[in-house]
Amino acid sequence: MIEVLKPGLLTTVQDAGRPGHRASGMPVAGAADRQALRAANLLAGNEPGAAALELTLLGGTFLFDEEGIAALAGANMAATLDGAPVSTGVPFRVAAGATLVLQGAARGMRAYLAVRGGIAVPPLLGSRSTYLRACFGGFEGRALRAGDRLPVGGAAGAPRTFTPAECALPPLPYPGDAVTLRVILGPQDDRVDPEGMETLLATRWNVTPQNDRMGYRLDGPPVRLRGGADIVTDAVVPGAVQVAGDGKPMVLLVDCQTTGGYVKPFTVIGPDLRRMAQARAGDAVRFKPCTQDEATAALAEERRWPST
Amino acid sequence: MRILTQGEGGLVVELGEGIDPAVNARVHLLSRAIASRLAGEVEELVPSYRSLLVLHDPVRVPRERLVEEVLAIAREVEATVAPPPRRVVQIPTRYGGIHGPDLADVARLTGLSEEEVVRRHAAPVYQVLFLGFTPGFPYLGGLDPTLATPRLDTPRTRLPAGSVAIGGAQTGIYPVESPGGWRIVGRTALRLFDPHRENPFLLAPGDGLRFVPVEELEVEG
Repeated sequence: MIEVLKPGLLTTVQDAGRPGHRASGMPVAGAADRQALRAANLLAGNEPGAAALELTLLGGTFLFDEEGIAALAGANMAATLDGAPVSTGVPFRVAAGATLVLQGAARGMRAYLAVRGGIAVPPLLGSRSTYLRACFGGFEGRALRAGDRLPVGGAAGAPRTFTPAECALPPLPYPGDAVTLRVILGPQDDRVDPEGMETLLATRWNVTPQNDRMGYRLDGPPVRLRGGADIVTDAVVPGAVQVAGDGKPMVLLVDCQTTGGYVKPFTVIGPDLRRMAQARAGDAVRFKPCTQDEATAALAEERRWPST
Repeated sequence: MRILTQGEGGLVVELGEGIDPAVNARVHLLSRAIASRLAGEVEELVPSYRSLLVLHDPVRVPRERLVEEVLAIAREVEATVAPPPRRVVQIPTRYGGIHGPDLADVARLTGLSEEEVVRRHAAPVYQVLFLGFTPGFPYLGGLDPTLATPRLDTPRTRLPAGSVAIGGAQTGIYPVESPGGWRIVGRTALRLFDPHRENPFLLAPGDGLRFVPVEELEVEG
């Protein structure tokens, strides 16, 4: 068991997500930074998609009942184990009764804490992910609170032991940096006039505080649309960029609804969505068009990581 | 008909313009045809009013090939008149009273008696056009246009699960307790979404649906 002493700002159980039920209105959810989840799991000796804790901006304090192996990946929250620093991206042994303290992240938004065996909450519809809006999955369908006790699974069959060097992720941007997100045009790029598309692609968009696991509202000059922002509601995926009536883009994230009624000029490619999920208010993003071939190659490359 | 792109793994097949029950019925026909004929190539199919999102793994299935295969099936479906829903789900509904606090307002706004609002709401076989908004929430086609009622100026922060409501020209059922701005005319005890049931979702896209007025709200379990 892991006991939550301080829950942090927003800590949820997440795994690789819950695909397969979008036609029933069930979002995919899962780790917002899927590659950091994989890194934390592989370092801890788990399957890459095992359930772990997703910590947001400010970590929390966790007491381990039993000894085990744990690992952190994603945003660095200056963790200490019984007072001794532990590094992000390096697995560490936890003694029974040890306390792990995570502080605020100096950069980045989300950290992942994996423990060998995974967080053993009961799976629902094939996943242990928390979908907050419907109070579904994860630990009692909600963010963790002080006093919660999380079950840890038996030692999981890791493919093999991965080294920190193999699982190293690109460094996260410093606060205020602009990250580039590659996008594929469509489905409603024809609803943005050329000037509007120029605005979308040339602007350094500011990340606003209106961001959560459902999506990130961005701020900048209004984007000119053809015929308003409303469309006949259709299906949306995480990564879709919506432009609402105020002309400001919103990048949908893993908890987004399955359908939406706003113009979507383009979609952030899957491998780049983690860069959005690691951005915070005050950071900035730029959109850069890419081809289907480039996106497919990026996805194949992401899957080959870390090379086995 | 046209095929649009949503991300590296998404094709959007648009079968028509606007909200048209006949177009929507073909969306479900297309979804079933692709599910049975391209089972090994697609990962997920997400219908909405007039289009079908086809999700696939572009690393494994080249997009150009999938577009050709999907187009061929879509052309066949386009030439087809979709059959009526394969099943009609009955929704026992207690109208008015504490379970339908806005029924009186809907009657006043439409100029009808409460009894007539209930009669017209329970008359048609609705079409489950698609599910969205929250898990299991049905977007229904077929509301009698005389029952169209503006949404509440201030949405309620909590509607009980099973609330049957009218919002604008649409009607629907809230599967879980959630905020909502539609007017509540009644309530059903059926659970549209129950994660602990073998099939958690009561309704499927393309189903027919009928509201059946009942005197008592029978709560499951």
